[in-house]
Amino acid sequence: MNPALDDTDRTIVNALQGGFPLVPRPFAVVAASLGLDEDDLIERVRRLVGNGVLSRFGPLFQAERLGGAVTLAAMAVPEARFDAVAEMVGAFPEVAHNYQREHTLNMWFVVAAETPAGLAETLTRIGVLTGLAVHNFPRLAEYYIGLRLDA
Amino acid sequence: MNAPSLDPVDRALVLASQDGLPLCREPWRALAEQVGIPEAEVIARLQRMLDQGAIRRIGAIPNHYRLGYTANGMSVWDVTDERVDELGMVIGALPFVSHCYRRPRALPIWPYNLFAMVHGQSRDAVAEKVAVIAGILGPEARAHQTLYSSRILKKSGLRLK
Repeated sequence: MNPALDDTDRTIVNALQGGFPLVPRPFAVVAASLGLDEDDLIERVRRLVGNGVLSRFGPLFQAERLGGAVTLAAMAVPEARFDAVAEMVGAFPEVAHNYQREHTLNMWFVVAAETPAGLAETLTRIGVLTGLAVHNFPRLAEYYIGLRLDA
Repeated sequence: MNAPSLDPVDRALVLASQDGLPLCREPWRALAEQVGIPEAEVIARLQRMLDQGAIRRIGAIPNHYRLGYTANGMSVWDVTDERVDELGMVIGALPFVSHCYRRPRALPIWPYNLFAMVHGQSRDAVAEKVAVIAGILGPEARAHQTLYSSRILKKSGLRLK
């Protein structure tokens, strides 16, 4: 795993992937349960965010429940146009993630907008701009329990 | 999915915290000062958003790649519609599955209706985990594939503007 992490860092990453307490001194509560000092814990979390081991530390929001609209979309992009199309798609602020995947449908991207109408419009614009069929794969059901990555 | 719109204070809280909490002894108080409401109200609103599912969880959001999980495979399965919900719950509960959803098929190009994202430290590791899923689904999965990501083209996260 990542060699830059010491045992305490690993403990923090593993223990803190959820349940950060909604109390006035949350780091003190967590630190006590891990046998750490409050300020040391804060400093380590700061460092883990600073060096990119953590993307961030805070709430993980679920966009649809906030009133927004999200979908997964895919396109079959001809190899010769791939980079140019990736640039066009990436330029949309509504496109959050875009992955190249090994399949005929070789470009997969997550689109988020504040309203369902805005989402539909973005998909249409991507299709018009690229001249490619945009396949829409909205979530019909979610079977999410929660990922725990072991550091 | 039930999607209540945010009231302006919720919205301000999302904007103030979506890039991360202030890393200090009293992060809720710091957030409260930023938004201009009492600390107790910050705590009550975040608790409500947690209860309603608008917040999945609060804590460390790891970067898969920096933890060594450099391979990710989107495993996709064609499961009978009658059993997909029941089996999806089983697959979604597996510790190595980060996201598990039912999505529409796009026939004829795309026969798959169950998507399970699998993370691992190598493609072999991902393939082993996909084999576990295949074992669980058995003949209920008529076909499946694993789409590995060969390149991240953009990753900015979902944000309110």
